Amino acid sequence: MESFLQQLINGISLGSIYALVALGYTMVYGVLRLINFAHGDVYMLGAYFGYYLSRLVQGRTPSHLLDAAVVMILSMIGCALIGVIMERFAYRPVRRASRLTLLIIAIGVSLLIENASQLIFGANPRFFPQLIPETHIHMGNLMLTNQQVIVLVTALALMILLNLFIYRSRTGKAMRAVSYNLDAAKLMGIDTDRIISLTFALGSALAAAGGILVSINIPGIDPLMGVMTGLKAFVAAVLGGIGNIFGAVLGGLILGLAEVMVAGYGSSTYRDAIAFLILIAILLFKPSGLLGKGQVEKV
Amino acid sequence: MLFSDMKKLRNMIPLALAMASFACLSACNKKDAGSSDNEILIGHYGSLTGATATFGQSAQKGIEMAVDAINESGGVLGKKLKVIVEDDQGKPEEAQTVATKLISKDRVVALLGEIASSNSLAAAPVAQANRIPMISPGSTNPKVTMVGDYIFRVCFIDPFQGLVMAKFATNTLKLKKVAVLRDIKSDYSVGLANFFVENFAKMGGTIVTDISYSQGDKDFTAQLTAIKAKNPDGIFVPGYYTEVGLIALQARKLGITVTLLGGDGWDSSDLWKIGGTALNGCFYSNHYSVDDPNPILQKFVKDYKTRYGKTSDSIPDAMAALGYDAALVLADAMKRANSTRPDSVRDALAQTKGFMGVTGNTTLDSNRNAVKPAVVLEVKVDDKGNGRNVFKETVSP
Amino acid sequence: MKRLLWIAGTIGALLLLQWGATALLLDGPIRQGPYYYQIIILAGINIVLAVSLNLTNGIAGQFSIGHAGFFAVGAYMAASVSYYGGPAIRGAVSFLPLVGQDTVVLILALAAAALATALAGLLVGIPSLRLRGDYLAIVTLGFGEIIRVLILNIDAVGGARGFSGIPKLSNFFWVYLLVAAVIATVWNLVRSSYGRAFQAIRENEIAAQAMGVDVTRHKVLAFVISSMFAGMAGCLFGHYTMYLHTNSFTFVKSFEIIIMIAIGGLGSIEGAVLGAVLLTVLPEAFRGFEGYRMIVYSLAVILIMIYRPQGILGQVSVIKRVRAHFITKKAAREAATKAASSAAKMPVKAEGA
Repeated sequence: MESFLQQLINGISLGSIYALVALGYTMVYGVLRLINFAHGDVYMLGAYFGYYLSRLVQGRTPSHLLDAAVVMILSMIGCALIGVIMERFAYRPVRRASRLTLLIIAIGVSLLIENASQLIFGANPRFFPQLIPETHIHMGNLMLTNQQVIVLVTALALMILLNLFIYRSRTGKAMRAVSYNLDAAKLMGIDTDRIISLTFALGSALAAAGGILVSINIPGIDPLMGVMTGLKAFVAAVLGGIGNIFGAVLGGLILGLAEVMVAGYGSSTYRDAIAFLILIAILLFKPSGLLGKGQVEKV
Repeated sequence: MLFSDMKKLRNMIPLALAMASFACLSACNKKDAGSSDNEILIGHYGSLTGATATFGQSAQKGIEMAVDAINESGGVLGKKLKVIVEDDQGKPEEAQTVATKLISKDRVVALLGEIASSNSLAAAPVAQANRIPMISPGSTNPKVTMVGDYIFRVCFIDPFQGLVMAKFATNTLKLKKVAVLRDIKSDYSVGLANFFVENFAKMGGTIVTDISYSQGDKDFTAQLTAIKAKNPDGIFVPGYYTEVGLIALQARKLGITVTLLGGDGWDSSDLWKIGGTALNGCFYSNHYSVDDPNPILQKFVKDYKTRYGKTSDSIPDAMAALGYDAALVLADAMKRANSTRPDSVRDALAQTKGFMGVTGNTTLDSNRNAVKPAVVLEVKVDDKGNGRNVFKETVSP
Repeated sequence: MKRLLWIAGTIGALLLLQWGATALLLDGPIRQGPYYYQIIILAGINIVLAVSLNLTNGIAGQFSIGHAGFFAVGAYMAASVSYYGGPAIRGAVSFLPLVGQDTVVLILALAAAALATALAGLLVGIPSLRLRGDYLAIVTLGFGEIIRVLILNIDAVGGARGFSGIPKLSNFFWVYLLVAAVIATVWNLVRSSYGRAFQAIRENEIAAQAMGVDVTRHKVLAFVISSMFAGMAGCLFGHYTMYLHTNSFTFVKSFEIIIMIAIGGLGSIEGAVLGAVLLTVLPEAFRGFEGYRMIVYSLAVILIMIYRPQGILGQVSVIKRVRAHFITKKAAREAATKAASSAAKMPVKAEGA
């Protein structure tokens, strides 16, 4: 029982990471119908920005939490810029082309970022500085660190903020309009280019936040750290119903829990396979994901 | 109709031209290769990019240093050594392609590579068929040198290292119940784990659980929680330092205090940086100890620091050390053969005996595998991430 | 009869080429010969993969990104047949010369690979009935990863240590025979009622159904044929490299095949061929860039897609265009002469041949 509760904590902790990265996937997909495969690499860049920034920032502010907050916000801004540049130069020129074209460009951008990072940062893993000193929280025999709690709380806060932004603000409304119908939104006077840029900026900033939160908890970073996490986050987004914010969160948590339970109780050698099996099983019964809207076919 | 189609085709001409010029440019860039009067060409193929880029890049650093050291002291047979490096991206078929390229296009007289046994196994048949000697710095799978009599290695093979750690766990640490956490994606880790499990059980120990992770994973809490529930008195983690540091860290977070054991894949200063104090009191088997007064080793570590000290990895890992030795063993064989003819070099390589390199006293046996003693090291790291490995004991084959 | 002649001609030509390639590249005067030979073989394998994937992705419009999974199933299945069953098969046909025995083993391995992957294709094709677009894509991606994890866990095929000891049975002749077979099959399929049905499903599934196309059957058929060829490519790949490891079959490989067909021109057979050749040769040509090689490569992919979003050849078919050019000329000439001689004849057939 004890070990089960511990696995539950492990699963939620892992799931919240997938959820955070999945949010960016879902946002970009919702607006452009584009699977931005480079998203996982932006997550990696976020962690590397954090790595270099924290060398500058650490110890310069009154508290550890403030250190972490400054590093995170600066890194989010950095990645938002990367996201905007990526959209402007790689995706905008072919926005009207087929979706496969966009997808191939996304794969190309992802390869470019990975290979350039291996060249610039080196292939060896780096140690992400301890922005927040670790303390243990014991609950009986259960073990939780303050870092895990901070990650979870920040992730939740970011999700709520994002939700408020999309459903309560004017810009968020415009974003939803663009997502619903790009041409109609344009006719309504919405500056669609600006909204799409903004979507990329937001999504990339969230990925950067994910990168930093993960690195606080698991301090080894390397240029390919985004590949598997990105793929799993994408699976989480699809599982929950791609384009749906709560779906991404739900999908992330399910995937995290499933992986942990399989590795903990089933066969750890099949961990990745079972994550995908669950996905396939769910999609067979709910072809558009758990919370996704079934698309009405126009005849 | 055809006319308009032709127009479309014409649009493509600039693109085609650009691509052709790209290809031409890169082809023309290449200097005319081939052995010349004052150079001996050797090839190195490794994973310089891709998921296992750390291995190839480290080995390349070691080889570069060895070749420069050899050339500074007069080269081989009055000629300078020159290494041609090709990247195989960590893919077996690419390894085969670049081995073919190095042998047939560049006409190298010998090959160095690879670290991952999977890539060595794909390329070795090419070397064997062309009768070009190949030395693998770090492929521990016994099958690699079984490909043929032109394939050598300068590292331990899995059975030996597995035996060393099983002996150490049973005799020195008096462990009874050990959990195994292996990297299912790495042949090195799987092989080492298998031989450890076999030997440890033979010596009367119990394997309480044997579970796995995949190279590139970052979260090991699920496996570690499962291990904790089994209450082992030691955990054998035969992986690479890229994951082992994180495993140690997460184990301590979960309140697992028992010792971790591993193999030479742990050997890197990056391990200390990531794992930190969580690694204190952990042990691994290695080819050498930095405390060893062996002048070749001391010079290697010093040179490595001055040459690559600017980047994070200021202390060489096992791959760099093995790459260094592979190049030295090759140069030594050429000197003894007094020739660079591949078949003479092969014969000289097969007779390598008691060669003193960085990784200790290397002798190649009749199966072309390195026979050399292993050392067991204890990891000691302070809270700033500065570590050192303390020599515990030597185990001879 | 004509078809038989074609087949015999192709086989003859390939045998001749094989002889030439061996004489010139492998044992011959060209220094880089073996290197070029290796690239030509890998290009051939990639052509089969690209043309077969093009059937599902480009022609039937079912978005699959798990092609490396089928490739892996075929490679491991075939390798198991010749590794474990090879001696028995040779024993049974010991009256044949060695080349004949090799051929029998390889053909049986090919058949096993085709069968296994056809089944796998059926398995993956069925979810495609319910899923579309990105959801189907992620399921096929998942399938590829599941296959990879399963293979890692099967000790009989080496697991993480890789499958070694596979006999070298495939060569230029076999690889390009398969290339010819896949091109001929897809070419004929596209021009048959099946091909029209595939294209109808791609353009509009509901409309296709309304026109009486059996959507279920055709979708699954596309998956089965496409995966079968990928499996056979896997067989020849394994019997050429003599060693298999799951690192060759990650989702990155699936992405590579997708890039091939997108760069060449989605839906066009010639495009798939061009893309496969280009993506095999370019990384080799870029070796001069050393450390920057993969960066140049990814930039090239991005730039090609930005400046030619429809791929280099687009959806047009070069062969068709050349044929059309001559046929219209011929037709015009014939029509002119016929109109001059008598007006009561039937209109000229532009198709056929």
